[in-house]
Amino acid sequence: MLFALVAATPELPGYEVGDKAIDFKLKNVDGRLVSLADWKDARGYIVVFDCNTCPYSKAYNGRIVALQAKYSSLGFPLVAINANDPESSKGDSYPNMISYAKKHGYKFPYLIDETQEIARTYGATNTPHVFVLQRKGSDLQVAYIGAIDDSARDANAVTRKYVEEAIDALLAGKPVMTTRTKAIGCGIKWKNS
Amino acid sequence: MSERIDITKSSKSLVAVPLLFSLLIVLSVSSLAQEARLIHLSQFQEDIRSEKGKIQVINFWATWCAPCLKELPLFEKLKADRPDIRIRLVSMDMDLDPNPDKVRRFVARKKLTSEVIILDERNPNKWIDQVEKKWSGALPATLIINNQNGKRVFVERELHAGELEKLISEVSQ
Repeated sequence: MLFALVAATPELPGYEVGDKAIDFKLKNVDGRLVSLADWKDARGYIVVFDCNTCPYSKAYNGRIVALQAKYSSLGFPLVAINANDPESSKGDSYPNMISYAKKHGYKFPYLIDETQEIARTYGATNTPHVFVLQRKGSDLQVAYIGAIDDSARDANAVTRKYVEEAIDALLAGKPVMTTRTKAIGCGIKWKNS
Repeated sequence: MSERIDITKSSKSLVAVPLLFSLLIVLSVSSLAQEARLIHLSQFQEDIRSEKGKIQVINFWATWCAPCLKELPLFEKLKADRPDIRIRLVSMDMDLDPNPDKVRRFVARKKLTSEVIILDERNPNKWIDQVEKKWSGALPATLIINNQNGKRVFVERELHAGELEKLISEVSQ
């Protein structure tokens, strides 16, 4: 019985900090395919599993836009990926992603993970769920997994900016102190679950 | 049937009906306010530990979470069918919205009969592991605990009809 339940659970174990991450080729809201390797000079990446519909995604939208504005020029471009099954979450359909990105002035790719393979491989569970990757030669190494900061409901009450702390450490060549955090959030809408 | 007072035909009912209604409203509001009480993590954990007799079904939900609302009737049905099980619906709404009234209004509107509590904690990174190490923090999630044999199961996804009963039987043996 227990095994049956484990098998029915959609998440794979996913990445741990220190694991090698795979690159991907996913469709952007402009119709083009995007890979992390497209940024030749990147020192790393901010990969955000996000969506149109989750109130946490909405609460963090401005903070995600700000992360891109601050870190892309420092060598850490931001890429948002929507893995929600549009069958169970109609607001997350590809056409809705296009209008959402336009409405919020996204200056970063907003990719659709139609097969949910990337979300599963990375081990994304909720939205927004951040993976900070560090480029090491041709490899991508996971440096941080978790929340953007420690206060979803009030950006002014944030005491720990986890993602910024992690990237600042990487940029300074120092170890990341907090490598993994948890947050309440909307579960990713998996197919057939 | 014959003992029932037909207030529509009674002249005294002109006074009695509004009185009765206001009394009902006062009673229902006060009882709901009691049910959806705010709770800190430490007290919540003490509540879980101190339940010796019944198997506990603890569902983590929020009013904004569509799959949570879809599975709520399963818990309500369980509440009606199984008085031997203790059910708690733990609202996570305050993580996003400091005002708990939205939850209380929801409970009243949906006429929920299960015990609803509202977790009053900030900084989930500090407490999620204390509730359940396997939990990523995504909603919905359900924890089933049997303090008599120490068994527990945790599921981080929407449940479907019949699954709760299976999970309960897992911790029962």
